[in-house]
Amino acid sequence: MIGEKDVEHIAVLADIGISKEELEKFTTQINPILEYFEILDQVCRTGPENEGTANIFREDKVTPSLAQGEVLSNARETEDGFFRAPRVM
Amino acid sequence: MTSCGPVPAAGTQGSARSIPDVVIIGLEIHCQLATASKLFCGCSTDYREDEPNTHVCPVCLGLPGSMPRLNKRAVEFALRVAKALDCEVLEESEFSRKNYFYPDLNKAYQITQYDKPLASGGTLTTEGDEGEKEVRITRIHLEEDPGRLVHVGGSDRPRYSLVDYNRAGIPLIEIVTEPDLRSPKEARRFLNKLRATLEYLGVFDSEKEGSLRVDANISLLGSERVEIKNISSYKGVEKALTFEITRQKGLLRRGQTVGRETRHFVEARGVTTSSRSKEQEHDYRYFPEPDLRPVRVRSWVDGIVLPELPDARRARFMAQYGCSPGHARTLTGDLRLAEFYEKVAGADPIIAATWTADTLLGELNYRDMGIGAVLPVHFIELLAMLRDKTITDKSGIEVLREMLDAVKEKRPQEAPATIVERLNLRVVRAGSSGTGEKEIPDDQNPLITAIRDVIAEQPKAVEDYRSGKKEAFNFLVGQVMRKTRGRVDPAELQRALAAALPEGEV
Amino acid sequence: MPARRIRFDEEDRFGAFLWKRDEAPTGEGRLSGIPVAVKDNISTRGIPTTCGSRILEGYIPPYDAFVVDRLIAEGAAVVGKTNMDEFGMGTTTENSAYGPTRNPHDEGRVPGGSSGGSAAAIASGMVRMALGTDTGGSIRCPAAFCGIVGLKPTYGRVSRYGLVAYANSLEQIGPMGRTVADVSLLMEAISGYDARDSTAADRAYLHTPQQEIRGLRVGVPEEFFGSGVDPAVAALVWKAIERLEECGAEIITCTMPSMAYALAAYYVTCMSEASSNLARFDGVRYGPPCDVRSSWHDAFQERRKDGFGPEVRRRILLGTFALSSGYYGRYYAKAQAARANVRADFARLFADVDVLAGPTMPTIAFRFSEKSDPLSMYLSDILTVPANLAGVPAISVPCGTVRGMPVGLQITGRHFEDERVVDTAYVYEQVAA
Ligand SMILES: [Zn+2]
Repeated sequence: MIGEKDVEHIAVLADIGISKEELEKFTTQINPILEYFEILDQVCRTGPENEGTANIFREDKVTPSLAQGEVLSNARETEDGFFRAPRVM
Repeated sequence: MTSCGPVPAAGTQGSARSIPDVVIIGLEIHCQLATASKLFCGCSTDYREDEPNTHVCPVCLGLPGSMPRLNKRAVEFALRVAKALDCEVLEESEFSRKNYFYPDLNKAYQITQYDKPLASGGTLTTEGDEGEKEVRITRIHLEEDPGRLVHVGGSDRPRYSLVDYNRAGIPLIEIVTEPDLRSPKEARRFLNKLRATLEYLGVFDSEKEGSLRVDANISLLGSERVEIKNISSYKGVEKALTFEITRQKGLLRRGQTVGRETRHFVEARGVTTSSRSKEQEHDYRYFPEPDLRPVRVRSWVDGIVLPELPDARRARFMAQYGCSPGHARTLTGDLRLAEFYEKVAGADPIIAATWTADTLLGELNYRDMGIGAVLPVHFIELLAMLRDKTITDKSGIEVLREMLDAVKEKRPQEAPATIVERLNLRVVRAGSSGTGEKEIPDDQNPLITAIRDVIAEQPKAVEDYRSGKKEAFNFLVGQVMRKTRGRVDPAELQRALAAALPEGEV
Repeated sequence: MPARRIRFDEEDRFGAFLWKRDEAPTGEGRLSGIPVAVKDNISTRGIPTTCGSRILEGYIPPYDAFVVDRLIAEGAAVVGKTNMDEFGMGTTTENSAYGPTRNPHDEGRVPGGSSGGSAAAIASGMVRMALGTDTGGSIRCPAAFCGIVGLKPTYGRVSRYGLVAYANSLEQIGPMGRTVADVSLLMEAISGYDARDSTAADRAYLHTPQQEIRGLRVGVPEEFFGSGVDPAVAALVWKAIERLEECGAEIITCTMPSMAYALAAYYVTCMSEASSNLARFDGVRYGPPCDVRSSWHDAFQERRKDGFGPEVRRRILLGTFALSSGYYGRYYAKAQAARANVRADFARLFADVDVLAGPTMPTIAFRFSEKSDPLSMYLSDILTVPANLAGVPAISVPCGTVRGMPVGLQITGRHFEDERVVDTAYVYEQVAA
């Protein structure tokens, strides 16, 4: 069982912004799901590690970048070629 | 990132009020690798002179749907470092995501390596406070650099940030040491040695601004560990650690305790400041990067041929050029300097070593310039003039300063011989030194003229000399020096002056 | 050569499209003149790509996904972007921020999800084929619910470059169409090596469906007919499997014990990966802007609160929890162990049989809002997620109707044997016709 306090903490980690009502609702919904996940507690690995491919590289070659205008085209807040973002301090 | 290394016995821990002298320092060093393209995309790493956001593509901008592709050379470079530091390369390593929010982090996670780094467990020998010492390397891994933030509205109360992603995705190598360093000076020497090693390996260019960043862990024996983040220069490391030791000792002296925390180094003020507690709550939720495949490159290590590294070159400089241990250490402590020295060592490696390691380096440091400012041919010419005594040591320094100032002030560069002629620094000879040069009449010889003038102007000193006061001779030498502005060889001056003076009673 | 254009003025009666154009360019190639719809989580240069989410409203990619490049290279007319559950998180297409798509067979029912728009566009006759994506059944579920064909290829067989990631280690882009032949044709067009996807294999699909399955060993795990499966659906699917036997296949019943925890492993994995993948939508570089006058923490929280729907937020929370310090070992790490066991289970079965068969979905298409509780919704993915966990190919082909609604037969095959699952589905399709 996790409580509203835990869900609130996770919401902070996830930077997701959560309202009081949502907190209540999510806590109620999340618990049965976590309970369902408890079946994983019984799992012991019997299968081998995934033997997929390894060492997929590209050569160190410079390829063209996007034009500055294209880079900024989807941003609403720009200034002198920079993206504008909220202050961090 | 520290495990417990051997720590000296706590002999200095006495009563509650005594302050321990033992300082325990571990470093995490991030260096930009000198690849042509970024770690996970083909954008050029040569961004420093360019407009913001002109070296980005869907991958390093973190656009939805883009996927990383690992740069093979970055892996090769990291392997070279691993081999040079005697690390064990893991049979299989993998990339993980380090999740956190920050506007300079385009994907809200950094692709780095976590529980399967490229290599672990090595050493680097460095000059410790008590002779050579081995500093243990915990691990080496690859990761991507985030973008760059500019705070608008002053750093104290920024209104918003500006973001440039040109730097995002530049390959970084992170090298973590065990807490084996015992003083800020040792830490700085270690860093210098590491820098030299990385440059010798051809994987790093320390002259690029911001190419190195260091986090340092420091504790006084028996106290909590403090992490200092954000140190971005070699000198900064020593300064930050020295400040931190003073701060921590001050706390203990006042009977307070040192709390475990993360602090930031403010380069401009030379102090560390506490980061907000939020920082400590970080839970990075590492998990394997699903868009990249594992790396299995242990077998590549055998094929790597390492170049001559600083220690080997130092030994060679002593053997081949007869450098003193001190000069050899200085000259090999920087790749460009070592290469410069080998170009100029030529006919007289000893003079070349002194002039490079002591004089030139001092003048460069004073001007905050690199060795690249001096053309080897010019320096060779200067050394030749010094060797055949065309100019005096004093004039040599003057020529050197003239050369460096011209570069600094972006004036056209002159050859040393030209400077010598322009400043009229050619050694003035008394005429009877047997150098084979064309003799000049005494009344046109500046040295003889100067001696005559001084004898005429200083009758008292001449009288004192005659009566046996030795200091008077030195005074007269000084006067002649002044008149000839140091252009005469001191030995010759003394000989000529003694000859010109009336016999003393000595 | 002047670009040819085709008209596309079909009325979108079921809300299949998020964006469409009346006229689209077409070129030479295997798909020349064929209108093709593309799911809205696949990047299209110059064309909005929202993933059914508010948080990407107005985002216009500056590049095409690999599969879109391929469609254009094969002459296809890309006519529009189809509706989907937000970021692929859903089984009904009700979770689209832009409203649900309706099932063309019954407008009171969902088309399935998350590629519900693509399925409805095909089932309604608007397009012959479409691209979908399948993370835990998102191609096969709507194919089954709408009575069309959908293939989830082997993991790595189609480049994901340009697919907006939801759960990278599970998802694949795949073809959907009215017939197996169309699906096979579209698969030929979109497969092929792409170096930009490091998980992609150099195994192009070049195949024309074969009508011969004599001697094929078809495994039927009893878990595929477990208690959650509607008996009418089970009966219909068994009949379909018997038709395969009539065509010369050998039917072998077997068991797949890892099915007990496959669904839990799937959800923990996809939620964990999603919590990381979806963190980049902060409104700085694209999408609706965040408030730059606020502090970054507040601004991002606000942006993500407004931008994501409830199901996405729920999965981000659960995924964040599963990866968080102290819980990683219990959730994420355990899910990976479970996943290894699922893979091992498939390997064991495929040593004995050539393909596995069973129902695609346990039921017919739900009525709108029928599944209001998240967990019961998740449980309906039980039959499709194992293929994603193991990375094996699986196809859904229509096999009749129950109470007037289509039912899908699912055929799963070995890694890189997409051709065989296509052939099996093709044989069934031919005999059923
Ligand atoms: Zn790039």
